[in-house]
Amino acid sequence: MSLQVMTYIVVGATFALYIAIAIMARASTTGEFYVAGKGVHPILNGMATGADWMSAASFISMAGLIAFKGYDASVFLMGWTGGYCLLAMLLAPYLRKYGKFTVPEFIGDRYYSNTARVVAVICLITASLTYVIGQMKGIGVAFSRFLELDFATGLYVGMAIVFIYAVLGGMKGVTYTQIAQYCVLIFAYTVPAVFISLQLTGSAVPQLGLGSTMAGTDTFLLDKLDATLIDLGFKQYTATSTNTLNMFLYTMSLMIGTAGLPHVITRFFTVPKVRDARSSVGWSLVFIAILYTTAPAVGAMARLNLMETIHPTTGVHAGEWLEYEKRPQWFKNWEKTGLLVHEDKNNDGRIQYVGKNNKEFENEMVKVDRDIMVLANPEIANLPNWVIALVAAGGIAAALSTAAGLLLAISSSISHDLLKGIIAKDMSDKTELMAGRIAMAGAICVAGYFGLHPPGFAAQVVALAFGLAASSIFPALMMGIFVKRINNIGAVCGMLSGLGITLLYIFWFKGWFFMGTPAAANYPADHLLAKHILGIAPEAFGAVGAMVNFTVAYLVSAVTPPPPEHIQHLVEDIRVPGVLNK
Amino acid sequence: MSNDSSAYWQANIRLVIGCLVVWFIVSYGCGILLAPALNKIHILGGYPLGFWFAQQGSIYTFVVLTFFYAWRMNQLDKKFGVQED
Repeated sequence: MSLQVMTYIVVGATFALYIAIAIMARASTTGEFYVAGKGVHPILNGMATGADWMSAASFISMAGLIAFKGYDASVFLMGWTGGYCLLAMLLAPYLRKYGKFTVPEFIGDRYYSNTARVVAVICLITASLTYVIGQMKGIGVAFSRFLELDFATGLYVGMAIVFIYAVLGGMKGVTYTQIAQYCVLIFAYTVPAVFISLQLTGSAVPQLGLGSTMAGTDTFLLDKLDATLIDLGFKQYTATSTNTLNMFLYTMSLMIGTAGLPHVITRFFTVPKVRDARSSVGWSLVFIAILYTTAPAVGAMARLNLMETIHPTTGVHAGEWLEYEKRPQWFKNWEKTGLLVHEDKNNDGRIQYVGKNNKEFENEMVKVDRDIMVLANPEIANLPNWVIALVAAGGIAAALSTAAGLLLAISSSISHDLLKGIIAKDMSDKTELMAGRIAMAGAICVAGYFGLHPPGFAAQVVALAFGLAASSIFPALMMGIFVKRINNIGAVCGMLSGLGITLLYIFWFKGWFFMGTPAAANYPADHLLAKHILGIAPEAFGAVGAMVNFTVAYLVSAVTPPPPEHIQHLVEDIRVPGVLNK
Repeated sequence: MSNDSSAYWQANIRLVIGCLVVWFIVSYGCGILLAPALNKIHILGGYPLGFWFAQQGSIYTFVVLTFFYAWRMNQLDKKFGVQED
């Protein structure tokens, strides 16, 4: 059977499964539409959170990022998992006890302020929309590469699938499809990793394979990779970062941002009890860790495979550069997509792939897109066609599940926070459910439109989505639970100043609203205003914004009247799982 | 807040701080600040220790920490009589 037919069958089967689930899990009340009726088992919710969280970027790009950055990519591995500890201990159980439907709703009630609620809604929509555009693009790319459909057609198919289960089922439909999507994506991710680990090291567990010796030799894989890269003039794979402060703050921003992303927090509103919210975060982390601890092995092994293909260190061709005419089939396939580009600069008919520190040759691999690492892995390792088809289905599952979770967060904040909460307070449950479905349909169309015509901010997911969540939402939620004294004025000032300083720093170095020449570029390179403060990258600034938020909220609250009695009682009540014994 | 529930909250805060100290040590400590020094030691075969903490060890510790926290909190709930149902 040809690869394309096989891919159609595998991807088609997963789609049929998602639609069947959608038909079985329809939502009939707002409780089911927003929080799946609070009846999801903590382990199943952990799987759904895994799929909700792991996006097209986690599935496709992360291993590639690790392959090319080595140790420096650890910020993503630690940042995107460590945030779940904060979620488990500082937010999820208390917000579950509060027991309402959305994140802005808690902020609005706790700070008895519609302004606070609207600021939270704006941050939520900006962060989620930035994030969802990337997923839409991911769906289009996966379709065009594997099913040879046109990008736009692929995107429309993806939109239609999400439309069916998210509009019909709301959180209930999204939850049960996400569980199925988790199974598809984790299977698709680990199967090729196990095969490759077996081939290179003889170990069936990639996490152990990465620390093992190369099959049939005494050389450790990581030592060999380090030696190969240094030899060809690249940076040593395991060498630590040169800017420790930036790495520290970058990791911190991603952790705080992860804990503050509304589409993740809302997932823990769907479990029956506070106790379940605590354990469910643990299960989520287990399911996420399976992929996140496999990714470093995939990255390192794919990098080694790539280097060995072009410049073998063993066998009959040891020490020779690969002849261009003898390049393998996968090389040709990816050249067609433009993601792999070779220019024979010295006209010797061979491929030289070297790093900056190599003085002997000029690098001829002018483009090696990092996304290739996961997608081409099965082909590089000569795995059977069904594995390649599975990788396509896994990539699409990762993108669809994250898109659905984000779209749900956007549509509930519109129908529940803006419409029901502020504009039309006397709306009936039935009208609100209809409004939720319409908001969902609208959000899908907007996301689809931006997927086809990506605006400048779409590429800034890490800076914008995590920066906003870290600098505004996380501190407001945490102080709302842990510091009784924070009042409405303090919270609003804190959120606006944290948000303001983070956006200012990002826009200064990336252009106002990511358009035009960044302001920093107008200054000479050695000018104070042209350089990152202490080398802190804009992506790493969310943690600083969060500190500003905490400080301002605390100081302003200290000089303004304390929150009213009933708010203090609310805080005392959410701090205990059961009934407060007075 | 009655004495009981404020004692419960104090116990919770102590537990959270303890867990977050471990959380900080494995990631920011062993994975970032001490990584250059720890890389001189190798574990599980060929893993430099700092590199292992940054790409493997910290994640495993996070998983254990969240379950440990959930388990201890369930015990505290019962001890102070604030559990659900």
